[in-house]
Amino acid sequence: MNDLTARFVIEPPAQSLKGVSFTHRGQRLLGPVDLRLTGCKRTLVMGPNGAGKSLLMRLAHGLLPATQGQLRWEGRVPRQAMVFQRPVLLKRSALANLVYALAVNGTPRRQRKARAREALARFGLCHLERRPARVLSGGEQQRLALARAWLLDPEVLFLDEPTSALDPAAILAVESAVQEFHARGVRILMSSHDLHQARRLADEVLFLNAGRLIEHTEAVTFFTAPASNEARAFIRGELVL
Amino acid sequence: MSSDASALTTALSLILGFDPTLMEIVALSLRVSLVAVLLAAVIGLPLGAALALWRFPGRGALVVALNALMGLPPVVAGLCVYLLLSRAGPLGELGLLFTPGAMVVAQVILVLPIIAALARQQVEELHQEYHEQLTSLGLSRLRMIPTLLWDARLGLVTVILAGFGRASAEVGAVMIVGGNIDGVTRVMTTAIVLETSKGNLALALGLGIVLLGLVALVNAAAYMVGETARRRLG
Repeated sequence: MNDLTARFVIEPPAQSLKGVSFTHRGQRLLGPVDLRLTGCKRTLVMGPNGAGKSLLMRLAHGLLPATQGQLRWEGRVPRQAMVFQRPVLLKRSALANLVYALAVNGTPRRQRKARAREALARFGLCHLERRPARVLSGGEQQRLALARAWLLDPEVLFLDEPTSALDPAAILAVESAVQEFHARGVRILMSSHDLHQARRLADEVLFLNAGRLIEHTEAVTFFTAPASNEARAFIRGELVL
Repeated sequence: MSSDASALTTALSLILGFDPTLMEIVALSLRVSLVAVLLAAVIGLPLGAALALWRFPGRGALVVALNALMGLPPVVAGLCVYLLLSRAGPLGELGLLFTPGAMVVAQVILVLPIIAALARQQVEELHQEYHEQLTSLGLSRLRMIPTLLWDARLGLVTVILAGFGRASAEVGAVMIVGGNIDGVTRVMTTAIVLETSKGNLALALGLGIVLLGLVALVNAAAYMVGETARRRLG
């Protein structure tokens, strides 16, 4: 698996959510959600703030346990990675951050540095190799987080509003990274409240509002003929409450 | 007045002349305190980190107890160790009482709560920021501990220096369990007490100056570590 781009694409197992909900202090924040995610699609999770986008991704990734309902990987649990809105990088150099991720996933010690450098090059971060990760710019930090995710060789990649704090150039870098993951056969689940971004990236859309899954449709259908009033208003740019 | 001034001159000449008695006392002090701090750090850092990561019944009480023990009076710690190590005590057979070993044990008891309690605070803060990312990477809590301790390293250096300050400055515990035996268990603080009561102000003052210098040095180091960290790592 030295050349990661040329690996055989084995489709990641489907993930199904049955009646999944999340309750915090007696208040239901999400659900019940019924959902099945398959194939190597780019799924954009959309909806206004507080709709439960981040929560849904955290439940799907397994960072939070569902209060009720069942989440199930059909067959086996795939390799996963997640990129957060604010990248969490360790207090060491950019290179050391990547080497750390490789150490965690059990890459032999002798291969780590070379693989990490390769990832830095892929994401245009070579010149920052020795800089402390925490003093990089927001865009550079997010690229480093993507490089780290790349090294984990995920089959399913979760991205929680990865571009919401970035400038256009950095947004472009993140979006082309997402496309690279996609080209490698990775299933993408990404939340965003940027309609233009969703149009550029999405194969299908999950539309959430007030903790409920309102629509789960092909992107084309969602943007041209949304089924629900909420989605129609959201697309027209009205304030969805 | 003049006797005080002459005491100061004699003290300085003792220091600058590397007086063997003075040096022996300083060396033993450093050995005891450094070993105690090292042991306390080896136990206290993982303990504090574990306390930051795990939730279990009674955790709150444990945290409060640990925080309270930071203010444990050295004489009380000394008394407890004395009772443990005295001939009739449960660990009397070890024959540790009135040896540097006993002093190390007493100082570990004094320093351990400081290191564990402060490490818990720092690791807990860092864990709040890191835990989603580390969980996403697939780390168990046990495997998070070394990562969190390493990433909190700059703050933890200050914590360890605080522990060293406590160990090197206390007198009550080492006096009780060490016995202030000349050439065996006499350290700076106990020597100062003794020499002052004997009226040998020059040696007492000399020791006091060295002790003060040491504490100042430790604090300067702590300050510099913090400043460098802030500048370099953001």
